[in-house]
Amino acid sequence: MASWLDLVYLLASTLRLSTPLIFACLAGLWAERSGVFDIGLEGKLLISAFAAAVVAGATGSAWAGLAAGIVASILAALVHAYASIDQRADQVVSGTAINIAADGGTALLGNALFSQGGRTPSLSGAERFHDVVLPGADVFSGVPFVGPVYKFLLSGQSPLVYAAFLVAPLTWWALTRTRFGLRLRAVGDNPAAVDTAGVSVRGLRYRALIVCGALCGFGGAYLSVGQAAFFLPHMSAGKGFIALAALVFSNWRPMRALATCLLFGFLDALSTNLQGADVPFVGAVPVQFFQALPYLLTIVLLAGFIGKATPPKAGGRAYVKER
Amino acid sequence: MAAAAAASPPPAVELAGIDKRFGAVHANRAVDLAVGAGTIHGIVGENGAGKSTLMSILYGFYEADSGEIRVDGRPVRIRAPSDAIAAGIGMVHQHFMLVGAMTVLENVTLGAEGGRRLARGAAAARAELAALGAEYGLAVDPDAKVDDLPVGQQQRVEILKALVRGARTLVLDEPTAVLTPDETNRLFAMLRKMAAQGRTILFITHKLREIMALTDRVSVMRRGEMVATFATRDTSPAELAEAMVGRKVLLRVDKAKAAPGRAILEARDLTLRDRAGVARLDRVSLTLRAGEILGLAGVSGNGQTELLEVLSGMARPSSGSLAVGGRALTAAEFDPRRMRTLGVAHVPEDRLRHGLVASFEACESAMLGREGDRVFGGGMFVDRRAVVADCAAKMEDFDVRPRAPTLRSASFSGGNQQKLVLAREIGRDPDALLVGQPTRGVDIGAIEFIHRRIVTLRDRGKAILLVSNELDEIMSLSDRILVICGGRIVGERDPAATDERDLGLLMAGVTERAA
Repeated sequence: MASWLDLVYLLASTLRLSTPLIFACLAGLWAERSGVFDIGLEGKLLISAFAAAVVAGATGSAWAGLAAGIVASILAALVHAYASIDQRADQVVSGTAINIAADGGTALLGNALFSQGGRTPSLSGAERFHDVVLPGADVFSGVPFVGPVYKFLLSGQSPLVYAAFLVAPLTWWALTRTRFGLRLRAVGDNPAAVDTAGVSVRGLRYRALIVCGALCGFGGAYLSVGQAAFFLPHMSAGKGFIALAALVFSNWRPMRALATCLLFGFLDALSTNLQGADVPFVGAVPVQFFQALPYLLTIVLLAGFIGKATPPKAGGRAYVKER
Repeated sequence: MAAAAAASPPPAVELAGIDKRFGAVHANRAVDLAVGAGTIHGIVGENGAGKSTLMSILYGFYEADSGEIRVDGRPVRIRAPSDAIAAGIGMVHQHFMLVGAMTVLENVTLGAEGGRRLARGAAAARAELAALGAEYGLAVDPDAKVDDLPVGQQQRVEILKALVRGARTLVLDEPTAVLTPDETNRLFAMLRKMAAQGRTILFITHKLREIMALTDRVSVMRRGEMVATFATRDTSPAELAEAMVGRKVLLRVDKAKAAPGRAILEARDLTLRDRAGVARLDRVSLTLRAGEILGLAGVSGNGQTELLEVLSGMARPSSGSLAVGGRALTAAEFDPRRMRTLGVAHVPEDRLRHGLVASFEACESAMLGREGDRVFGGGMFVDRRAVVADCAAKMEDFDVRPRAPTLRSASFSGGNQQKLVLAREIGRDPDALLVGQPTRGVDIGAIEFIHRRIVTLRDRGKAILLVSNELDEIMSLSDRILVICGGRIVGERDPAATDERDLGLLMAGVTERAA
């Protein structure tokens, strides 16, 4: 029975580790389906995590922290939007600039405010999100197989974890079933077609980037106010980039993005689980190897298993009316 | 004046004093145009005459610096395509404004979805598509992906897009450039029907034949100005050409009888299979002789491109042989550089892809493939002064305008780019010249010049293979015509003893026996 419980724990940990990836990946999906590359997901996660931790600590409310994270991340997205849509800057450069500014800026500001080497004070009580306990979780926990699944997997997660799993189908629905989604997909493929149909390319792309910023806001807030109880410099640890890889791997489709992020989260959980374990025939393996495992597997998966990736055709290019 | 206006209905579309500048370029100068309701009105002009700019202003893509637009006699302010759509103006762009990854239905409803949720408007749009399809013979599968449709069908989607938005005036910008002769005829029939039902058609082209065949009235633009308007039945291609260019133009090519000499290129059973194993060229045999122009006629996409690629060394045939000057080539000799040293020059069909580098200076484009020649330095370094001087000489010889060797290639008009490529290829004094679409996107004045140069080259005893989608060009230039269909040579004709109908049937694959 212990092994079953281990598996449930592993899956529960998968859900928690996947959550920031899912937010970031879907954020990237909104941006890129509108034809704007956003390499600055990582930076927006950090900015949001920092803002959420600071505001949650100051107000005593995790929800206020979340709101602050979303606002801060949207502001960063608007900088990217202004640079790449209005000023037609190179989108990769603009995104990279946001990443660098976020990485250094949050650490600097954190240190200036709290003098803890960039770390923010620990959050407790209502300052951070607590796990949602679904009704009857303890009552049913004794039921074999199903009990632990209900208690540890379905119940007992942060509200933001549930939100992440809602965002994927919502994104799918918005893209395929609504007017906004139709226009968004069109603008990522052929903005001139949207322009001649009498719809503003600029307006659509701005809106897409605002959605992108908001989703990164959720992801970042989850890092500092949900998963951890503080902000730590560089705490996003490349999740924004793994999310970009997941986006390519999922061929820019929301439900596949969800599945891919779960897979990457699972690899992450597995590597944590395997740390310190003896590998058969090899013996003890350095901890660093397992820590590197998800990143290595990401490369392998991307190199070996990716079919024909078809990115949005107009991606990465500013729209200029031809003359 | 007032009495006349009361007697007849106001024009469906009227442009008054439209003026537009792009920086130093004066694209439209005080242009006036009145288009009667229910008529088909043609607009002709050379490339860069300002036709497309004018139509883009009418459609709200650009805003005019000054001037007024009136629809049904009422002044309207058109600042964006949405204003034009609201005024009942629809446009079929030369480069289709379609989203390839989406379905026909999605493309047609884009911007006119009928509500925030797609499901609500979709049923209505489907019904309307079916009705329009039945009425005009415009049937297209609403659930097909646009990328999967042939070009002719994609154009239907463009037209349907405009009609679904309630366009009473339809603007078509060079709509036949991508169509086969048969598709063109069907398009014309459809446009006539629409006009008969009271819709107004504005038809932009540079093909005079189409103007004569389709329109009721025609306006001519030259250098941003509207220079003349005629009732089509009262004018002639010669008169229109003169108005377009501003001087008399020879539409026919004057040339002496050819005196074919020895065989320069001999192809035997050339076959080229693509990756899927489909034969793009199927046992093509031909002999190209010194002192003749051999025309290759065919509907675009029937193997002309592939034949040029094999003959110029860009592609290696799957089987068959090719002899140059009587000597059969080895497989390794199918290489553009090798072919050039053997005396086979090539003016590619798509000059922007294969002919020159748009971002290079004109003098660099004019020496591509010759950068190792002794005159340009011959070694590691390129003698820039020689390159510029060589280009300046070519520009003088071929009347390339402006005479600016250091201007970017992309800044030249299509005709002048083509002259540069032609000058480069002829400059090597080849024995044979392969020319693909020599006058595609080239204005009338330059067409005349290019045709004359090709004939001069022939008279100097060079062999010329002419590949063109313009049947007129093939018929007036060639000394002998081969027809290609489905990768096979399906017939040979003497240009003096054939006509468009005869060639058209061969091109469509109607075999000699059946015909």
